[in-house]
Amino acid sequence: MSMQSNVKTVRISIIGFGYVGAGLAEVIRRKRAELTGTYGLDLRIVGIADLNGIFIDEHGLDESDLLKLRSGAKEWERPAGMTTLKLIKELDHEVMVETTPTNVETGQPGLLHISTALESGRHVVTSNKGPLALEYSRLTDLAAAQARALKYEATVGGAMPLISLIRDNLAGNGVLSIQGILNGTCNYILTRMAEEGLPYEHVLKEAQELGYAEADPSSDVKGVDTAVKLVILANSVFGMNATYKDVEVTGITAITPDALKLADDAGYVIKLIGEVGRAGCLKVRPRLVPKDDPLNVSGTLNVATIKTDLAGDITIIGKGAGPIEAASAILADIISIYR
Amino acid sequence: MKISMDIELQDIPGQLVRALQPISDSGGNIVSVVHHHDKMTPSGRIPVQLVVELDEQRLERLVTALVDRGVTVVRTGEERLKESMVVLLIGHIVHSDLRETIDRIDRTGFAEVVALSLSMPSVHEESSASVTISAIGEHELREALHILERTAREKGIMVIAPI
Repeated sequence: MSMQSNVKTVRISIIGFGYVGAGLAEVIRRKRAELTGTYGLDLRIVGIADLNGIFIDEHGLDESDLLKLRSGAKEWERPAGMTTLKLIKELDHEVMVETTPTNVETGQPGLLHISTALESGRHVVTSNKGPLALEYSRLTDLAAAQARALKYEATVGGAMPLISLIRDNLAGNGVLSIQGILNGTCNYILTRMAEEGLPYEHVLKEAQELGYAEADPSSDVKGVDTAVKLVILANSVFGMNATYKDVEVTGITAITPDALKLADDAGYVIKLIGEVGRAGCLKVRPRLVPKDDPLNVSGTLNVATIKTDLAGDITIIGKGAGPIEAASAILADIISIYR
Repeated sequence: MKISMDIELQDIPGQLVRALQPISDSGGNIVSVVHHHDKMTPSGRIPVQLVVELDEQRLERLVTALVDRGVTVVRTGEERLKESMVVLLIGHIVHSDLRETIDRIDRTGFAEVVALSLSMPSVHEESSASVTISAIGEHELREALHILERTAREKGIMVIAPI
């Protein structure tokens, strides 16, 4: 028998074709040989949907062609009568990848996409934090009832495999607490302010010019993004039923160059730290981190220290954002469904 | 002065009260009591760590009084502030009466502000300060931090504490 017969075809839809969705298309294109050779998977993107339009091909869309949509070299289209929900329900496929932007108020449109996909018998892999931060237990219950996977590694820490590290590799350990830097924008701003003695406003503008901060940076700098990720950790690792409202949040907007200098004199750096423990308190606030602590990572890096009862402290550092990095987490989630 | 004492009590009810009575009788102020139920001695006694504010000259009489009551006094010595922590404050620190904020910690008897470094960009802007707090133990240090956090919240000052 040739190896070919062991290759399983997995049909994927990507809902939300922004930089993460396009990153996934790029990664699938790049990794085709390894996916079939090592993992026995033939991943085919059979549909993509975005506010701009929809593309469908039951035999698999050409990734290189799809990527032209992002550069503007290809025009969006929308087949008559086709909608995103219709695609999720009616197009034959196994995995729906949800990469629309996070909305922490309503969770939409991601919430509807995810529940529709699970109800339609699709596995779901998502990078969208909103639905999980708002309705974690309803969605995981729905997935369990439908006997379908709901994977969301990309929602927390970007490329850092935090959730699967705890669930799979640290299985058997009791997790006492998780403490970490879960937002690269804040880390970049605090790092630059400390290194250059520059005021917050100045460094924020610089971060925006470099694409490290969004035009409206409030979700990042006020700690909202970190808080939402913390909620997902609290629910998935500690079995809580927390929502964003349960998190005590202080952002970094009040941090001054003077404060960073005083911290430096005392042997510390200031970092925006999210923390959640067994006791159930969820906090996001600037903290003093000793310069020689593993949590002291600079630039846009993310980091988390997991305190466990058997393994002691485990610290993981990685890129918290970026299209290929997020796609790495999504791809690993897809592969894990078929292991 | 602040004196720490390691004593051992019999494992029967009422022993702690029996041991504390002579301290008040000799005019001492009990700052902290830590009961080590989990560290029972081979002879079945319970170690207890006390921190007491007491006139040094009365110490000998106190030890005698304790021994008379069947309390084993293992060690006595001057208590030092062993545990320290640096905390940053950001806000209108001076306008909101820094002295009073520090006093609240110093008044505890188990913790003190031992160093302070202040940075004021200009009169109307928010200033930043680093405050070093020392305490007689880890537990007391955490308590001092809570006091500082409560005070700061009342005054709209941001506290940045170590991880």
